[in-house]
Amino acid sequence: MKTIYSYGAWLGNLGKFMLALGLGLMPLSPQKAQAQEPILAPIIDSILPIDLKEVIIISSFNRGIEHKSQPKPLSTLDQYLESSKKVSMVKRGAYAWDPMLNDMTSERLSITIDGMRIFGACTDKMDPITSYVDVSNLSDIHVESGQQGARHGNVIGGALDMRLEKSNFRPLGWTGAVETGYESNNTAQIVGGELNFSNEHFYVDTDLIYRKSENYTAGGGEEVAFSQFEKYNLSTNAGYKVSENQKLLASFIFDEARDVGYPALPMDVSLARAFIGSLSWVQDSFIGDLENWETKLYANTITHIMDDSQRPDVPIRMDMPGWSDTYGFYTQTELILDDHHLIGKLDGYYNRSLAEMTMYPNDPNEQDMFMLTWPDVRTLNSGIYLEDKISLKESSVKLSTRLALQTFNVADDFGLNSLRIFYPDMAQRQTRMLKSVSAHYHRQFKALHFNGGLAYGDRAPSVSEGFGFYLFNSFDNHDYIGNPDLKNEKALEANFKLALPIKNLDISVEGNYFHTWDYIIGEVHPELDVMTIGADGVKVYTNLEYANLYNVSLDMAYQLTSELDWGGLVSYHRGTDQNGRNLPFISPLAYRSRLTYGHGNFSGTLTLSGALDQSDFSPDFGEDRTPAYTLLSLSLGKTFFIGGDTLYAKVGVENIFDRYYSTYSDWNNIPRMGRNFFMTLSYAIN
Amino acid sequence: MKTIKSIFALLALFLGIASCSDSTDDPLPVAENPLEEFNLTGSFEANGHALEIYSEQEGFVTGYNELFIRIKELSTGNYVSDAMIHWNPFMHMTDKTHSCPRSEISTTGDDTVYKGFIVFQMASNDDEYWELDLEYSFGGTTYTTTEQITVNAPSNGKRTVNVFTGTDDVKYVLAMMPLTPEVAVNDLSAVLFKMETMMNFPTVVDYTVAIDPRMPSMGNHSSPNNEDLLFDADTGIYSGKLSLTMTGYWKINLKLLNDQGDILKGEDVTEENEGSSLFFEIEF
Repeated sequence: MKTIYSYGAWLGNLGKFMLALGLGLMPLSPQKAQAQEPILAPIIDSILPIDLKEVIIISSFNRGIEHKSQPKPLSTLDQYLESSKKVSMVKRGAYAWDPMLNDMTSERLSITIDGMRIFGACTDKMDPITSYVDVSNLSDIHVESGQQGARHGNVIGGALDMRLEKSNFRPLGWTGAVETGYESNNTAQIVGGELNFSNEHFYVDTDLIYRKSENYTAGGGEEVAFSQFEKYNLSTNAGYKVSENQKLLASFIFDEARDVGYPALPMDVSLARAFIGSLSWVQDSFIGDLENWETKLYANTITHIMDDSQRPDVPIRMDMPGWSDTYGFYTQTELILDDHHLIGKLDGYYNRSLAEMTMYPNDPNEQDMFMLTWPDVRTLNSGIYLEDKISLKESSVKLSTRLALQTFNVADDFGLNSLRIFYPDMAQRQTRMLKSVSAHYHRQFKALHFNGGLAYGDRAPSVSEGFGFYLFNSFDNHDYIGNPDLKNEKALEANFKLALPIKNLDISVEGNYFHTWDYIIGEVHPELDVMTIGADGVKVYTNLEYANLYNVSLDMAYQLTSELDWGGLVSYHRGTDQNGRNLPFISPLAYRSRLTYGHGNFSGTLTLSGALDQSDFSPDFGEDRTPAYTLLSLSLGKTFFIGGDTLYAKVGVENIFDRYYSTYSDWNNIPRMGRNFFMTLSYAIN
Repeated sequence: MKTIKSIFALLALFLGIASCSDSTDDPLPVAENPLEEFNLTGSFEANGHALEIYSEQEGFVTGYNELFIRIKELSTGNYVSDAMIHWNPFMHMTDKTHSCPRSEISTTGDDTVYKGFIVFQMASNDDEYWELDLEYSFGGTTYTTTEQITVNAPSNGKRTVNVFTGTDDVKYVLAMMPLTPEVAVNDLSAVLFKMETMMNFPTVVDYTVAIDPRMPSMGNHSSPNNEDLLFDADTGIYSGKLSLTMTGYWKINLKLLNDQGDILKGEDVTEENEGSSLFFEIEF
């Protein structure tokens, strides 16, 4: 039996002072402390060069020792995602950042956990799916841009699939780990542990992680009020080999966050809770030549309670609970025929989204004011996905298509009648046909790799876009009304990637372009009266004639010496509508430059990152010009061998110059974290 | 909420079973009271008859009262059909006596049930009281009786009737008809009368009652797609559409416009002016 064991303890409440001391002392003590700092080099998976996917390796602590590129095993999942080259995060506080891919958020993406569809229960997007898992139970995240993500669902922007970590019948016996951490800036405490058993016939993995953070401090020392959070996550995975060819797998995640502050919003969250479970049957061979047959049944339920009870000064007290339950399945199989690698997948899900809003009048004798903000919308989506990868001489082609049928049913009469105030002839049910086709081509000219693709896909409106009722958006200070008559949003997408290694320098240029017809966005309706006290107006979701989005990035890696590597990334994004008006949440020119040193047991990383002035901002959607910023961060790591055991230590400092800054994706310009020290220490008994 | 719903569902199921078993146990038909679902707000004995007055509300209240009348012959216990009934309410104030707007009394589908409405402008108090004169005839004989009645302000204290003098120096009575408000587009109706004399209140035709519903507790916001109340000559009622976007207290600000479009009473709601002097109130 091999036991990997790590031990650490927080530095408690002694704060930065002790941390600074600890920086010097740390290698001598089996302690670990850490702070938020994403200095992760995402590892690009290109086994099949036709798949332009990015894989963000997360892995657990014990495997983290094997991956020294891991900065901190216990940083939040949001920070891992943010360190990716393709994903950016909309932040409303320190917790539950909302991932964006190709400048598009959840309604244009498919975000899944091991292929399971889950939908947040918050009308204000305070609970993206990524907030219901934690790094403790994930192995990696697959990021697929545009229609390449169509395997998981109907998407425009792409797909994020978070893969759960599994022992997967490796003959490891019992393994366990205990992890703790501390962050200086927001006095965050992290405790985690895992206990796994795995042999060739059976495995069971359990993970537990607990985080508690106080308010963080922005650059310059300003405390950001209501940025605290507390959460814990428990997950279990089990597998049983029925025969050499057949496996039965089960997974369960329980995640609960309490007392989560959202400094950029007028309300906080007292409870966000998810139960996520699945059962799968995996068979290496299926009927005839079909192989790798996998069938999964899953269910999840989310409860999200938004409240403002901690806020000292509000015009009116309110509660906004929401619920989202999803039941789904998929079954997929593969077929390899000569040069063809075919994948077929059938999938379906049923989601129920309900959200309420109760406002308590200042006069206690008055009746409460109640409305349904999501009118118990039942979404049923069933689809078929087919893919063929064709290997040709020095090139390959990937063709894929998805067809799906999506129905909406507004199940609650109260909610239906509410919406009929705006849409008197609105039907209770509606059905939409969704399609996706894509073709990708890869060719190698000596050392040069070329990837190019063309795709078309569409999506149905989200529950908020189609059926939301007075959803307040604090970013542009408007109430939003859904529109059941929205047309499907359709996008034509073109993408390319050129990769050229020249001696020690790898250069790649990547770009994509989305021409989106009937782009869904809220437009002001001046004749409508606001509901929320202090709001500037009411917006109704509308189809724009079209919008154009493009993203270009230049990625370079240069090996200076055998010990020293340099990596650089520059990206540019632009989004406009048919009148040339800027779309919101489009990144300005951003850059990252990183020097990595690795020699023997020692490693170090120096990162410079920043963005230029956001000149193409969108005042119509509440944006203002975000000024340029540059940040410098440093981390150092060393492995020690103590007897037969391994001790891996990492120290670092983020935002070294304590810059006060916010980025284009920070909701209402809330400032980001100031200077931050972190330490991690991992101890493995072999 | 989910739990409550399922409890109701269970309850409904249980009641369903219970009522099924009842119907088999009790085959005897019961003489139905056609006004069972209404409240008996008054029963006056006179001339060997009992005059029963039913209403949806409990007792007589200020504002619009839809009333049903039945005449019972005390000697036989039978209800009289094909009677002609006239009524006249009087308010005995300390300094004067006046009547109030009321309809004619008509028959209903059941020929022993008669129906009409009275709009009481004010409630009874210690010094001032309402009397109802009833004159009814059947079988060639005409009977009369006068009874004192008590008119209360609505228990929720919400305003459903306005008595006012327009800019044309005419005194009007505007009353909201009963409404079960829902978060939806509601059919809102009202009746409008002119006080020609102390006793005479003819219906005003072809005016417009403009509505602007607001929630004073929630930033005084309004709602979309309301329709002003317009006169329907067939029913003599002003009808329109009232959108209520949530539960709670709503103040329906009103403006009365004559057939020329001149505002006779009421003001626009603006940033400076929170409400009109002419309004109805709803709370649910």
